[in-house]
Amino acid sequence: MDLQLEEGWVEQELAEDFPELGLVHTPLDARPSKTPPQVKQRLRALADRYTGGKVIHMRQDAVPWAYRVFSRQVGIDPDTDRTPVERIAVERLRHGGLKSENLVDDALTIAIAETGVPVFALDADKLVGPPGLRLARPGERLAGVRPLSARQLVAADEARPVAIVLGDVAHDAGVTWDTERMRLCALRVKGVPPIAVEEALWIAAETLYT
Amino acid sequence: MLLQQAPPAVTRTLPSERAARRTLLDQVARLEDELAQLFCSIWPRKDFSLGVPGRGGPRLLSLGELEEVRDQLAARVQHARRALSERTYSEEQYRRLIEEMLLDPAAHKWVRVANEDIGEPGCKHWHVRPRWSFIGMLMGWWRVVISSGCPLATSHGP
Repeated sequence: MDLQLEEGWVEQELAEDFPELGLVHTPLDARPSKTPPQVKQRLRALADRYTGGKVIHMRQDAVPWAYRVFSRQVGIDPDTDRTPVERIAVERLRHGGLKSENLVDDALTIAIAETGVPVFALDADKLVGPPGLRLARPGERLAGVRPLSARQLVAADEARPVAIVLGDVAHDAGVTWDTERMRLCALRVKGVPPIAVEEALWIAAETLYT
Repeated sequence: MLLQQAPPAVTRTLPSERAARRTLLDQVARLEDELAQLFCSIWPRKDFSLGVPGRGGPRLLSLGELEEVRDQLAARVQHARRALSERTYSEEQYRRLIEEMLLDPAAHKWVRVANEDIGEPGCKHWHVRPRWSFIGMLMGWWRVVISSGCPLATSHGP
């Protein structure tokens, strides 16, 4: 398996405040499917590694902490709108396990839980040009429906916003059962080593190729 | 292999604000670090408020908003640190009380100290009770009974 990791563009104003902010993405010829037993087994093994104490101390680990700090700096309260890895950890504690959904969601869950780096998947055929990070423009909407506030941080292609940073993916850009090619994206912030971001994409890709 | 692509250029932040913004962002990061350390020190204690409201993010905050976030975080850190200090002082007093109870149970009749009082998880408690009930009360035979663990889960009935 060979991944072509690409560095997405970042709007200048955003890059001035957050010089190390980045969106690393990679194309992937993989289609959604049901979760195979070995991935379910991996999810179970991953869930077994979470304990209350570990989750409590997670916010002092370098990578989860970096995303908490970034959340705070962009006006999110990370105790209310949790970062992806903390969301997974809290779900694990609440439900006693990591629920298997489908191969794509499970691959992303495994990648995020293993590395702490937020990863999301887009339908490559629905993207117009390479994705990057920018501020929402006045009057813009996510998927043409959900209004975005001015200067909201979004992942976008050349035509429109495709996801809210650390938030939802637009349904007209996300992966569906009809998707034939994907683009995996990982958000990098200050304090997160590039190797962790690459590892997150590799784990997600490897799982999707299972 | 990592490929670079040129970013589109749009600038709206005033150049004179940049240094101030960087400083504020660094301060927010440091305060968040302190808050995270406090959170871990506080656990498993309850009734501590560490929340700082969000600003409808993720979005690029204005200089004024960044200052507000910084100030609220600083206030929260200070408040949490003071509350933790008071709580640990009280816990120390309870630990001392347990030692005194063990040394002289008769002087601490019916006194009860729970794990929560000394800042530890679990349901264990120290309770000064008379040996053999009324006989012990009449004879002055007092002792410290240490309960072990939380009650077992029970059915909520049919």
